[in-house]
Amino acid sequence: MRLAPVFLGSLVRRRAATLLSFAAIVLGVALGMAVQAVNQAALAEFGRGLRTLSGVADLQVVGPRGGFDEALYARLAARPEVAQASPVLEVWTERIGSTDTLHVLGLDLFALGAVTPALWPQPAKLDGQSEREARFAALAENNLFLSAAAQTVLAVQPGDRLRVYAGTQPLELRVAGDLPGAAEDPQLAVMDIAAVQKHFARIGQLTRIDLRLVDGLDAQTARATLAPLLPAGVWLEAPQTAEGQAANLSRAYRVNLTLLAAMALVTGAFLVFSAQALSVVRRHTELAFLRAIGLARHQLFFWLLAEGALVGLLGSVVGVVLGHGLAFGLLKLLGGDLGAGFFAGLSPTLKFDLWASGIYVLLGVGAGVAGAWLPAREAASVAPAQALKASDDSALSQRRGYPGLGLILIVASAPLCVLPPILGLPIGGYLAIFGLLTGSVLWLPMLASGLARVVPLRGPVPVRLAAARLRAAPGMSAVAATGVLASVALVAAMAIMVSSLRDSVDVWLGQILPADLYLRAGRAQSGGVLSEALQVQLTDVSGVARVQFTRHDSLRLAPGQPPVALLARPVSSDGRELPLVGSARAVAEGETAVWISEALYDLRGWRPGDHVRLPLAGSEVQVRVAGIWRDYARQTGSLMLDLADYRRLTGDRSAQDAAIWLAPGADALGVAEALKAAGGSGALEVTVPGEIRARSLRIFDRTFAVTYVLEAAAVIIGLAGVAASFAALAAARRREFGLLRHLGLTRGQIGSLLALEGSLAAGIGIFGGLTVGGAIAWILIEVVNRQSFHWSMDLHVPWVSLLVFAGTLATLASLAAVLAGRQAMREDAVLAVREDW
Amino acid sequence: MLEISNLYRQFNNRPVLKAISLRLEPGEYVAITGESGVGKSTLLNVIAGLNRPDRGRLALDGEDYAALGEEALTRLRRDKLGFVFQAFHILPHLTLRQNVTLPLWLKGQGGPWADRQAECLLDAVGLADRAESWPRELSGGEMQRVAIARALVHSPRLVLADEPTGNLDPTNAARVLRLLGERIRTAGSMGILVTHSPDAARSADRVLQLTPEGLRG
Repeated sequence: MRLAPVFLGSLVRRRAATLLSFAAIVLGVALGMAVQAVNQAALAEFGRGLRTLSGVADLQVVGPRGGFDEALYARLAARPEVAQASPVLEVWTERIGSTDTLHVLGLDLFALGAVTPALWPQPAKLDGQSEREARFAALAENNLFLSAAAQTVLAVQPGDRLRVYAGTQPLELRVAGDLPGAAEDPQLAVMDIAAVQKHFARIGQLTRIDLRLVDGLDAQTARATLAPLLPAGVWLEAPQTAEGQAANLSRAYRVNLTLLAAMALVTGAFLVFSAQALSVVRRHTELAFLRAIGLARHQLFFWLLAEGALVGLLGSVVGVVLGHGLAFGLLKLLGGDLGAGFFAGLSPTLKFDLWASGIYVLLGVGAGVAGAWLPAREAASVAPAQALKASDDSALSQRRGYPGLGLILIVASAPLCVLPPILGLPIGGYLAIFGLLTGSVLWLPMLASGLARVVPLRGPVPVRLAAARLRAAPGMSAVAATGVLASVALVAAMAIMVSSLRDSVDVWLGQILPADLYLRAGRAQSGGVLSEALQVQLTDVSGVARVQFTRHDSLRLAPGQPPVALLARPVSSDGRELPLVGSARAVAEGETAVWISEALYDLRGWRPGDHVRLPLAGSEVQVRVAGIWRDYARQTGSLMLDLADYRRLTGDRSAQDAAIWLAPGADALGVAEALKAAGGSGALEVTVPGEIRARSLRIFDRTFAVTYVLEAAAVIIGLAGVAASFAALAAARRREFGLLRHLGLTRGQIGSLLALEGSLAAGIGIFGGLTVGGAIAWILIEVVNRQSFHWSMDLHVPWVSLLVFAGTLATLASLAAVLAGRQAMREDAVLAVREDW
Repeated sequence: MLEISNLYRQFNNRPVLKAISLRLEPGEYVAITGESGVGKSTLLNVIAGLNRPDRGRLALDGEDYAALGEEALTRLRRDKLGFVFQAFHILPHLTLRQNVTLPLWLKGQGGPWADRQAECLLDAVGLADRAESWPRELSGGEMQRVAIARALVHSPRLVLADEPTGNLDPTNAARVLRLLGERIRTAGSMGILVTHSPDAARSADRVLQLTPEGLRG
């Protein structure tokens, strides 16, 4: 460590470059840490909520969202394997006159205590209540027990009345007490199960049964014995499965965000590379001298790596602290899912995770070491005798980089793109992006040499000088262009990907929302349905030309997997109403057609023409895959059946949504009011497609808000890198500027020379960045998004935005070069050349 | 003792050093002069182990190091050689004391003893009161005196000086040359001064001329 002042002291000497590398690593680590900390907090809170809801259950019986026959409860409760069974009916409802939603659990209070004691309702002592009423408060059909957090959100207290929708009808309930064991859930309410079945028209139905097994019986054995008793589409699952599914659902989004943060870190590593490469060149005689007086090659390599590692260490420690602060702000501002909608309604608490923080510190150190590696290798390989004589310029112009390695990395990224996902993650895609980015940076000197050959040596003196310099020392431009290439590539890739997705979602919304008006039975997920009578009433409303109803449900196709959405609505035999991917496959007479989303194609391997079995109304039915449609709304997959087929197969004639086409000349607002009035209670919500589209795109933009922040960060880092590189280069060329001034060049001409050189270097970086960014965008669209979220999209390049961005960056880079030159020219020209006399 | 006999070195098939022989006793200080391009710096680099001779013997205190590997040559330079350059090569982010202590750090010797050694040498070159100063605060002559202190701090057997007065005015040059000669002789080391300047060469015990045919006494 005695040599520490020799090397680490040089970091202080070149403060600006060190600070920029440090800032880039701080930013990369802070963003990654923040995403990690927020998601960890959200998952912990989600898991805690789930554990409260599932209590000490060993197994849970789960089925479609619409529920299953309660007779199953009696069969399971009587089994010798089961010590206690607790039936549950979950419904979501909303408070009349507000947007507050409530998660109502209908529970059997006699079975509850042994399985989910945390949900035990505690009646409050209310004025004017008899002792008998107080004792049986939990069984009263109009009583509701709210968690303390829900009481706060709804601003009610025990004794108050709460009006909610039961289906499409109003229902008045009394807040009879609280749930001491689940005080923190802001949407949780508990009622007697019989009351929920009655009020919400779910007589004879359950959505879950929590099972406690007899002592000594393991869940695996019990599952094998009990599974044959279950109807189709109903499965036995471990309570923690839902936690894992939630983690999986948000994982791809989280990993993508983390990798975007990692890209900021990679950009930071490139800045370290750029700063170290220039620093090593500027110190080449100093380093050669150290070698001459006895510093071993490996010692030099080690200490130059240590410089990068120190910047990485300091940056990552500050980044971890900043990341936690950022996470705190993000939790407050966007919630536990950073606006993506996975964990709505949760109030996660941030916790410091030593292991995760340690990993991020290591990543920061790794970025610093990676950035310092090649310059350190180059410096250690230089012969000291030559380096002692060479000038800064000649050392820089001799840099040829590693074009061979660059080409290998670029070529190797192609086969990585066809790798299947590993653990559901597009690892091949990420490696390909890394290979492309690194390969192109290593290949940059070749690009600069290529450009140098076509730049003419004509025109005014600054132009000739700039062109001559590019020809003589393309390596110098390449070093300055490294940061630009990395940040432009990242920004261009993200811009193309986000623009493609947004454009595709916009087109998709237009395809799936062809009607004039859309109606639904309330906002809450399973609260309201349109009865058959109401459907007839709606069809008969004056001004309505045509109505298409949709039934929503969810199916569980396999144990341990998240539910798949089922949509039943009128679909023609060729599926022309759907946003199809590829062509439809004709289905034979007598067969039932099902249209699957891309997620089911990817996750279950279903193909058009395949026969598949679906659990509908407790039985398995065989259907035939007629085609694949694009569904940006449901990540875990969705199925679409023709409504007539669904009704024939299930006997269920209810619906939740309706698409309404107006008669010619009908007034949309008037018809909307008439439709709402048909519902009677105000439970029906009618919107125009434009409103749904605007709301959807708003949600889209909110989801990508974090990526915009990352893009802005990348641009700032890239620009800062350019400024730092030019400052270092200009400082190394003080004597050259002094000589040029002696020869008669004005300050203005030298400024023009620098601006030209800045534009050329930035131009090389921008050209390379846009090319590589386009390739990375393709990988993001075709590999990363497809494997992470299972949706395809059409390529849409935002040419105007990219050109404006490129032009602005080139201008700013030229400005940075001129400013850096001015700084270097502040010294008197005579003094600047003194060392040469 | 330094023994060089029949040393050859060529670059791009062009002979640069031919039949070079030289013998130096402890305490002896010689100057090598010659026309530009005759190979003075190459000879110094070969003696320093920075370039390898194509053939010939090169021994320090009886140990032939012409064919040693890179690691061994690095150790040799660290332990037995001292350098003074025309461009000083004083590290700008180290204080004078730290710059002088640097060769001791490389040998794994630090702490108060090393600091005392550096102070002794700085005292010897007349800069004891500037030990905590930064290189930017020094004149060219002062920087070269620091370089001399640094070249001698680890008691090398051989000091190699390549145009050490090339960047100095005559007064400072004379002072630096006197100091260099005195310190080499006092320490019992051997010294080789490579220079263009006849005045500088006269400060050595004997002057040799490098010609395309070899060293002439």
